Amino acid sequence: MTEKEKTPPALWIRDLSVEFRGRNSTVYALSGLNLKINKGETLGLVGETGAGKTTAGLSVLGLVASPPGVITGGSISVAGKEIIAPLTGDEAELVRKRWGEKKHRFDPGVKRCVSEEEMMEMRGRHVSMIFQDPMTSLNPVITVEKQISEVISKHTDVSGSEALRRAGDMLELVGIPRSRGKEYPHQFSGGMKQRVVIAMALALSPELLIADEPTTALDVTIQAQVLDMMKKLRDENRTSMLMITHDLGIVADICDRVSVIYAGRVVEHGTLSDVFDHTLHPYTKGLFASLPDLENRETRLKPIRGLMPDPSIRYTGCPFADRCDEASEVCRKEAPPVYHRTEDHMTVCHLYRDKADKKGMRET
Amino acid sequence: MSESLLRADHLKKYFRSGKGNVHAVDDVSFSIEKGKTLGVVGESGCGKSTLGRTVLRLEEPTSGNVYFNGEDISGFGRRRMWEMRQKMQMIFQDPFSSLNPRMTVSEAIEDPLILYRLCPDREKRAKRIAELMDTVGLAQRLTNTYPHELDGGRRQRIGIARALALNPEFIVCDEPVSALDVSIQAQILNLLQDLQKELNLTYMFITHDLSVVYHISDEIMVMYLGQVVEKAPSEILFANPLHPYTKALLSAIPVPSLHNRRTRMIMKGEITSPIDPPAECRFAKRCGQACDRCFREEPHLFEAEPGHFVSCHAVEKGL
Repeated sequence: MTEKEKTPPALWIRDLSVEFRGRNSTVYALSGLNLKINKGETLGLVGETGAGKTTAGLSVLGLVASPPGVITGGSISVAGKEIIAPLTGDEAELVRKRWGEKKHRFDPGVKRCVSEEEMMEMRGRHVSMIFQDPMTSLNPVITVEKQISEVISKHTDVSGSEALRRAGDMLELVGIPRSRGKEYPHQFSGGMKQRVVIAMALALSPELLIADEPTTALDVTIQAQVLDMMKKLRDENRTSMLMITHDLGIVADICDRVSVIYAGRVVEHGTLSDVFDHTLHPYTKGLFASLPDLENRETRLKPIRGLMPDPSIRYTGCPFADRCDEASEVCRKEAPPVYHRTEDHMTVCHLYRDKADKKGMRET
Repeated sequence: MSESLLRADHLKKYFRSGKGNVHAVDDVSFSIEKGKTLGVVGESGCGKSTLGRTVLRLEEPTSGNVYFNGEDISGFGRRRMWEMRQKMQMIFQDPFSSLNPRMTVSEAIEDPLILYRLCPDREKRAKRIAELMDTVGLAQRLTNTYPHELDGGRRQRIGIARALALNPEFIVCDEPVSALDVSIQAQILNLLQDLQKELNLTYMFITHDLSVVYHISDEIMVMYLGQVVEKAPSEILFANPLHPYTKALLSAIPVPSLHNRRTRMIMKGEITSPIDPPAECRFAKRCGQACDRCFREEPHLFEAEPGHFVSCHAVEKGL
């Protein structure tokens, strides 16, 4: 066994399904999502609006609003610790007895393996999340150093003044003078607010950082500053990171591996060079072709035709079939098979069915 | 040089605030030839949207003139400006808030037609709406749907159809694709380019996305704190950026490829305040090449090579 295999992965999501059950319809946000981040690695999760990127991040922290959100299957473990696990046969039997055939609308298909107290302990300390919009994720009536120190005093038993001092250290770490800690969020620019949010997320050096589009609201130059800073902090603390983004440029810049997500499931996964230079899935190819070419202005863009599929429909075939130029009959009827080009690089597509894994889904 | 459709001459727009005047657009001059696209890029707060609105006189310029087809429109009264607007339209950034939620797709597109009494007869109007929906690629079955039922890409198509309804010659596109996903963004960009060829439209394309602006514009104008710092044809600007700010901007583009990666120039500091800026180079505080002169004297645009204008003391000295 190599060193890498001995340490449990920083995050391991297996077959995760999340639904949002409304009165009239159910939205299938995630349908069998698989993700794995090895210790110290950064995984990019790429996809369009509504693909389920944020839901994936929120489920790890147990923040999927319920109701209406229900985790219907799968498991999540963080650094070897199970957070969510599927029900065993006996437990499923109990649920069936309790609710009968009329299954309750918000009855989950999995069990939580940690109590809410433990979960709160984990958030911020072991796993933390940077949210997309820095403008709304800070409290406008509390000074920024106070907000950062809250995280510290909540999870450790240092004194208030010590927590404030460490909040100041964090501010300096992200390139904001300590003296500005006494100011309120509205006195900061967008880029600085985002840096405050990052300082807060990193205050207790968590093992896993989930960054949900951390730079989308920022200008390119500020984005470059923030990304560079995140890279530096990540390398210093050996933090594992889940980078949720729609920008393939950011992925190329900061990630080690990429998972491309479409309609709630991963359609392609691999290292950067696998996905960028040996693209397999037609959706990933489409994403690349949609981007303006910086080498040649005259190249016409090749958009992916059509729109994201309706998330309230459960697909039997490939959800991308209707937008795919290479789709055939079988794509609409049968769920696509998994194909591993190499140990690391896999895709889920009928195009490669001749070469697909015979034993069904291999663990990714 | 062929005729210019739109020309702005020393355009200024100051907003009064408690602390002084905000120089949103400060002495900007440019011209756009018929059928071409001028891209305007810059960071948020650099005045690019205000410039677009001032050109259409949605904001009254503090001083300066705008010429459309050789006519000075800055002195036009309400009535004549109203007529003029038929030829100058705008596509807005946010397709989620720029449409009336209570109007169906056809009503939204019909609105300008009624206002300008272009097709007085109801049947002809319905035909024109169908025609416009075809042009922008909206299916006829969507005629009676409301904006909230549609996704961002389709909503933006309604915005484009509304702008096209009056057969304009000139359209200001204010960040028309920045709220959209890449695959949809590509669809809208292709649509805008096709329309331009078909209808011989002239665009002023405002965006913060450099790869988009490079793709769509014939000429690019880089703005910093209300001023134009560099202006050149797209290929030239990307191949040979001269102003330190442009260089930093270009180096900051995240390139979706593992090869030919750029080395990034990180700018220190944040944008200085646009309220009554002193007479110095506004970029000097963030610039790695700033010298004494930059803090004493405001640089002006000069032609560094044919068609390539830049406003920088260091570049001027180097030549």
